[in-house]
Amino acid sequence: MIRNEDIRDKVEVAPVEDKMREASLRWFWHVKRRCEDVPVKSRGSIGNNLSTSNSGDKSFGSIIGEEEEFSEALLLRPLPDRKVLAHFHFESKVPPTRTHGSHHHLFPKSIYQLVHKFRVREMELSFTQGRWNYGRWGGYDPISSRNAKPPGVELWATFDVPQHQVDASWRNLTHALSGLFCASINFLESSTAYSSPQWSFKSFAANMRYGTLPREAVCTENLTPWLKLLPCRDKAGLSALMDRPSIYRGFYHSQRLHLVSNEFDLAASSSGIVLEQTLTVVLQPVTLGSGMTSSVGSIQQPSWSLSSLFGRKVSGRCVLSNDSNVYVQLEPDLVSELKTTSEMQQQSDVENLITQAWSDMSFEMSDSPVRIIKEVYGFQKESSLLYEFSLANFSDSRPFDLEFRWKRPVTWSSQLAPLHASRFLMGSGNERGAIAISLKSVGRSGYAKSSVNEEGKCSLRVDVFQVVPWYVKVYYHTLKVFLDERLHSLEDVIERTNVSPSEDKVSPGLMEIALRLPCDVHSVILTLEFDKGFLHIDEYPPDANQGFDIPSALIRFPEIKTKMHLFEDKSACKSPILSKLQEESPVLWYTEVLLVPLTTPDFSMPYNVITITCTVFALYFGSLLNALRRRVEEEERLLKSKATKASGRIGVLLSKLSAKLRAKPLEPPSSSSSSKVSYKLILRVILVAGIAAAWQYFFG
Amino acid sequence: MKKDEKKNNNNTTTKPHFWNWAIASVIFRLILIYFPKNLNLATRPEVSTPVTSLRRLAEGYWLTQSSMSPYAGSMYHGSPLLLSILGPLTMKKIEGHPYHLLCSLVSVIADFISAMLIRATGLNLRMAYCERLKLLGLGKLFEISEIIPSEDYAALVYLWNPFTIVTCVGFNTTPVENLFIILSLYGACIRVAPLAAFGWVVASHLSLYPTILIIPVILLLGNGPDAIPRKLFLMYKKDENDSSNKGRVEHNGLTEQKSFSWKPVGLFFVWVSIWTLYTLVLCGIFMSNYGGLSEMFSRTYGFILTVKDLSPNIGVLWYFFAEVFEFFRDFFLIVFHVNILFMILPLAIRLKHRPCFLAFVYMTICSMLKPYPSVGDSALYLALLALFFNELAEMQFSFFSFVDMLVFPFLVQ
Repeated sequence: MIRNEDIRDKVEVAPVEDKMREASLRWFWHVKRRCEDVPVKSRGSIGNNLSTSNSGDKSFGSIIGEEEEFSEALLLRPLPDRKVLAHFHFESKVPPTRTHGSHHHLFPKSIYQLVHKFRVREMELSFTQGRWNYGRWGGYDPISSRNAKPPGVELWATFDVPQHQVDASWRNLTHALSGLFCASINFLESSTAYSSPQWSFKSFAANMRYGTLPREAVCTENLTPWLKLLPCRDKAGLSALMDRPSIYRGFYHSQRLHLVSNEFDLAASSSGIVLEQTLTVVLQPVTLGSGMTSSVGSIQQPSWSLSSLFGRKVSGRCVLSNDSNVYVQLEPDLVSELKTTSEMQQQSDVENLITQAWSDMSFEMSDSPVRIIKEVYGFQKESSLLYEFSLANFSDSRPFDLEFRWKRPVTWSSQLAPLHASRFLMGSGNERGAIAISLKSVGRSGYAKSSVNEEGKCSLRVDVFQVVPWYVKVYYHTLKVFLDERLHSLEDVIERTNVSPSEDKVSPGLMEIALRLPCDVHSVILTLEFDKGFLHIDEYPPDANQGFDIPSALIRFPEIKTKMHLFEDKSACKSPILSKLQEESPVLWYTEVLLVPLTTPDFSMPYNVITITCTVFALYFGSLLNALRRRVEEEERLLKSKATKASGRIGVLLSKLSAKLRAKPLEPPSSSSSSKVSYKLILRVILVAGIAAAWQYFFG
Repeated sequence: MKKDEKKNNNNTTTKPHFWNWAIASVIFRLILIYFPKNLNLATRPEVSTPVTSLRRLAEGYWLTQSSMSPYAGSMYHGSPLLLSILGPLTMKKIEGHPYHLLCSLVSVIADFISAMLIRATGLNLRMAYCERLKLLGLGKLFEISEIIPSEDYAALVYLWNPFTIVTCVGFNTTPVENLFIILSLYGACIRVAPLAAFGWVVASHLSLYPTILIIPVILLLGNGPDAIPRKLFLMYKKDENDSSNKGRVEHNGLTEQKSFSWKPVGLFFVWVSIWTLYTLVLCGIFMSNYGGLSEMFSRTYGFILTVKDLSPNIGVLWYFFAEVFEFFRDFFLIVFHVNILFMILPLAIRLKHRPCFLAFVYMTICSMLKPYPSVGDSALYLALLALFFNELAEMQFSFFSFVDMLVFPFLVQ
């Protein structure tokens, strides 16, 4: 009997146990960093022994800060209009190269190289399909203000290079990203496609470039390279949920990549590179075929589960991630709604309500959450709730399939941005038009409380950031502001402007306006007139008759910040998605993309146009030459008489000869002149031929 | 004596007539200005081109107000001087009146002055024409047949031409440019070198193409408004000498007339250099913060010469350059510009005895072939055409070519 060891010796392979041990040691640090209460910890026992044996007196804390990290999270939120928001959040961190070196286990190498080659300080790339419905899905929470993006591709980046090299870096970056994500981001290379906003897009934006491609189609070919950046791809962990058909069936789909690097700040306590990848999907759950009876007045919310949303279940976490959690978020309005209804039905302790009663009364979840995080917000009565589920306890044999079942109909509404923004075109015809941006108050004045100025007058600051392509030639002096449908003088309303007008075929027009609006305003309309430019035939895209896109304008409320005030238990094991939700971010609103029809030339006609134009020119030239060549009648007569006198014997003889040859009657004056002309003509032809031959000889 | 009387009669009969019509035209304009929104002429491509549009000027002025170069962006392509004169007027608003009233008033005034200058020029031309007829010994003919007071007609044609009215109401700078062109011709006709130089320098500064008017202006200054075609007359004289001795008297006058006087021409050049320097210094001061004179030249003349704007107008170039292959673009640019330059010399040789007519022909050619023509240019040369009623009555041979020239812009439209 031949033993396994013998065979191994012959083919020189290590035993499987050793290999497994080696693999687990490779991820030792990541396991080590986990919280004490995480069940995975028990598997790190081998590592524990090892570490104590060789690390000696080196403290663990210092090492933790110096490690690569990866974490995954999924946030689910039922939306008021019977849809469900799924927000995947992946975060990879790498410590700075100075201390850590350039060898990585987790962090994607391509991104690392990108950052180093182009010296990117911060970058965000988003691929979006569909439009975020601010009115229904909310516009005043951290998720919408960060992840609601304009349709198509949006890319912005700040660079850590001298001013004059920024454009070159940007161009190279677009090409690199274009290759990396299989998208036509390289169209952003042309200077007509990008702009450099000063202050309206981000508060401090030095060396920043911004570009959008509103018509870029987003599909799986963009998602696959994006998934490749994750250490587990879509093979394990939460990303395994990303079933392509169900994701792209959604109403809104936005995949985003946000990158912050402190690599080049030598002074700062640098945190290296932080790569945040998010995928935000709004899905319509397939209604589970259960006998739910809907009450008369309101509509029953659809119940959903992970498998009904995505068609898959989570079979455990990605082993490389520090923590992989699933959260279910209930919006503040929903929470208060639930609270009131449950209070009506039974008088009980509030704390008790949170944990137990609601899930009995209004909905139930198939698994019990690990913990419930309640938002604490002093001023606001309503606060949202987060149910946390840890994936650590689930495996292939026991996949995680959270089911959320509504028991009775509930209606609520999302938190809305202070003003409802929309943008539209005015005017008709292919020559001119006007852009109008309208801001309408949503009727809640609570948001503007923070922006009371020193005179005690309540005011609201709104930044408008608008990029228009060069063929939409905006007359910036025609900017008009209507407050509550009355024309208002600009000086009172506009706090700050920055305009860089568009230059034909060179750069797009950029407009940044900071408006200072009184709080009680109901509607604000900004209008701008423009002329439509005419392009050269080569500059039209293949589907020219479809029209041209004006990218989304960005409405920003810089003084109104949104964040979640979560109750912090000071545990070291704070999940990155929660810390992200707690970061302050201004409320943003992307408006619609506008479609401008431009005149299209007849693409089949260039030769006709050229010939017609040249004919017209020839007509002009010929008639003018004719007018110049002719003599005044009197002059003509004199010359004629002179010619008849002068054209001596030879001419007459020649003409006689030719007349005889042709057997025609004699016409002395005219024929003589014609022979002269032909003689000159021959001479000229010979001259031209000679010149041509010489030219050919010397230069040919 | 008889002649003088007759002329006086003519004047007395036409004058009230003329003034009535002129004032009526001004009132008509003022009425039209009050409906600019209804007419919406300011944005018509036939009326205002990228070079002359006052809307673009307002945009340029707005940019300077917000401390940017007026040429930032591709909106404004006119002169900085025009910007500093007309710019404030575009922003100012009188309560209860249409928005751009002040600018339109400027064009009405410019139109009226132009008409007056055309009239003065025409009068000068007619006198010269009478002189010549006398010299030719055709005084009898002149006494018998009535000479049409063409200057009045020309001025009225200018004032009542629908093209001019549309241009005046249509909110653009063409009336001002036309005014300076006529001013230079008028200055040359009355042989005042500084005035001619001023008109010529400003007109060329504003719209580039009047530059070629330097040839008729020099000829006007040198030869006077109506010299005699020398070659023809020498021949004619010879012919007449052969047959009889009739032509003696005229011959004397002819030799007297023939000499080209260099003094006003030299003076003209001196004044041209003075005015050019003055204009450039003013522009330089204006442009000192925005990239200097080179920026101005590339944004004004460069824009005109390279036909960057392909929006439609009544010319052919935009149509052609929107479709022509990029590879040939430079070639055709050269061809089309040479087309203008090419005709300068032959026409100058041909028509050197009648500089005013030469100027008219040049203007016609330019207004047809320039990259951004408008109806305002046609209005100018149609008015000048009316100056030559008397001469054109004699002409037969090139009648069709002139008809061609008139029909040409309409064809192009």
